[in-house]
Amino acid sequence: MDQSLDQSKEIKKVTQRHLAKRSFQRHWQLYILMILPVLYFIIFKYVPMLGAVIAFKDYNVVQGIIESPWVGWKHFENFFNNPVAWDLIKNTLFLSLYQLAVTFPLPILLALALNEIRDGIFKRSVQMFTYAPYFISTVVIVSMIILMLSPRSGIINTLMEAVGLDAVNFLGQASMFRDIFVWSDAWQITGYSAIIYLAALAGVDKQQYEAAKIDGASRLQKIWNVDIPAIMPTIVIILILSVGNLMAIGFEKVYLLQNPLNLGTSEILQTYVYKMGIINADFSFATAVGLFNSIINLILLIIVNEIAKKVSGNGLW
Amino acid sequence: MSSKQGTIKESSNDRVFLTLIYIFLSLLMIVILYPLVYIVSASISSPEAVTSGQVWLWPVDFSLEGYIEVFNNSDVIRGFRNSILYTIGYTLIAVFLTVIFAYPLSRKNFYGKSFFMIFILITMLFYGGLIPEYLVVQQLGMLDTPWAILIPKAMAVWQIIIARTFFYTSIPEELVEASEMDGCSSIRFLWHVVLPLSKPIIAVLALMYAVFQWNSYFDAMIFLRTEELFPLQLELREILITQSESGANQDIAEQQKRQQLANLMQYSLIVVSSIPVLIIYPFAQKYFVKGMLLGSVKG
Repeated sequence: MDQSLDQSKEIKKVTQRHLAKRSFQRHWQLYILMILPVLYFIIFKYVPMLGAVIAFKDYNVVQGIIESPWVGWKHFENFFNNPVAWDLIKNTLFLSLYQLAVTFPLPILLALALNEIRDGIFKRSVQMFTYAPYFISTVVIVSMIILMLSPRSGIINTLMEAVGLDAVNFLGQASMFRDIFVWSDAWQITGYSAIIYLAALAGVDKQQYEAAKIDGASRLQKIWNVDIPAIMPTIVIILILSVGNLMAIGFEKVYLLQNPLNLGTSEILQTYVYKMGIINADFSFATAVGLFNSIINLILLIIVNEIAKKVSGNGLW
Repeated sequence: MSSKQGTIKESSNDRVFLTLIYIFLSLLMIVILYPLVYIVSASISSPEAVTSGQVWLWPVDFSLEGYIEVFNNSDVIRGFRNSILYTIGYTLIAVFLTVIFAYPLSRKNFYGKSFFMIFILITMLFYGGLIPEYLVVQQLGMLDTPWAILIPKAMAVWQIIIARTFFYTSIPEELVEASEMDGCSSIRFLWHVVLPLSKPIIAVLALMYAVFQWNSYFDAMIFLRTEELFPLQLELREILITQSESGANQDIAEQQKRQQLANLMQYSLIVVSSIPVLIIYPFAQKYFVKGMLLGSVKG
């Protein structure tokens, strides 16, 4: 038995080598073409991964990444001993969980609703207009928010005053920052995110609808028993990906929406990394904070993937 | 029109439900459209009408003063030109790199393709962080040069997966074998056969990369110092978000007028900066949908 196993292993090895050799001979030009993209990934993705070791060093420009002295967990300790740390973690988590709670279910609702109505001008217009905001840049979205919410000349306050309400400085209130951020995000991406669910719904076997009809199922029952099970795998994958990105969320937009008055809720880990690292040039400390953020992300991704695999039978890997 | 036998009469509950869906979708469309209509309307109204809050849906006192102000702003014009150049350059580089990486990965007998797939998927899981990435760009001497905009984000894993799926499904292995029989080299095959057959995917990739580059500001903000190099989005940020509304030492009436105009110009600026994206939107919409669908096919 053992001998035959060894033999088959040996054969496999030989065929592998053979396949490799044939592939190199046949495709050598393609391998040469790939050098450039591979270099790109090494330089701009893998080198920064290794560069993250400066979180455990006192990086200085003169000595560089390799020569700078090791300091162990110093930067992490400094961060966690700072009372700001817990506010940052709290702000980051609250903002991302709130965002997930709103922007994850909305596209599913939109897709299910669109799937119920007949093809026609109305359906196509809804799709065209709901996708549109996705293509607007972050800077422009934030400018629109600032212009429309401005306490002096913003349209929202003008309308509120017209019906007798007091003007509110929306962006100047820490308590409103999360609502503004999350709902403007929902405004921008709901339509676009619905596409993937619509595609999944388009793949549902028509016979299932017929069967549901013959059984006398109502529209709602049909959605519940046919549509939702059909898009479940897609829902699970999107959920895993969203949770995996939980702590890396919309940071460029958060930064633009920040002002001294709303920092209490709008300062998140990533904006802090940017300020400490790029503006204050405290590279090692900022890298440590960033690394902490990425690791939380990775752990969340792994946990959610495991749960998804247990519960629904499909995961990312 | 389905035959009478096929249709089972909808119950009244279902009709109510369907009506609710139409109401929901109509409301959603209004909520999404309103800000867009408002911004456009404000941008073609008179400065006084906008500042005093008379504009709430349709333009009041039609005027193009805001647009004149935008086109008289040399920073905006320069930013516009820079952004066009960055977008074209970046898109060419990104599409080129993506194609030469994704095509080999789509070939059946290409040895090491699973290794390369893992090689790029790892970069989705592990992220070096903002600061290490910044230090790499700094070490390469790219800081404050156009290269910092063109190169560090030149490839996206998602786009590679989309392209690979396309090549895999639409360039049959038989075609490759036939061309090899005729003594056609891989590079010539890629250039003369694969590319002409791949126009749809090239369009998808180009649009995705172009919209990304046109809309991004963050890399420019951290990598560029020289104002002459600023892309439009960074100029927009300066004008729309950072800039305070304080006027210079003019008399009060003049100052008020300047301020109204500056306020109005912000609306026009938003419209002007979105025009290139608006022009390609009808194509982009179709191709983006296609791209998303390709990407979601498990490879």
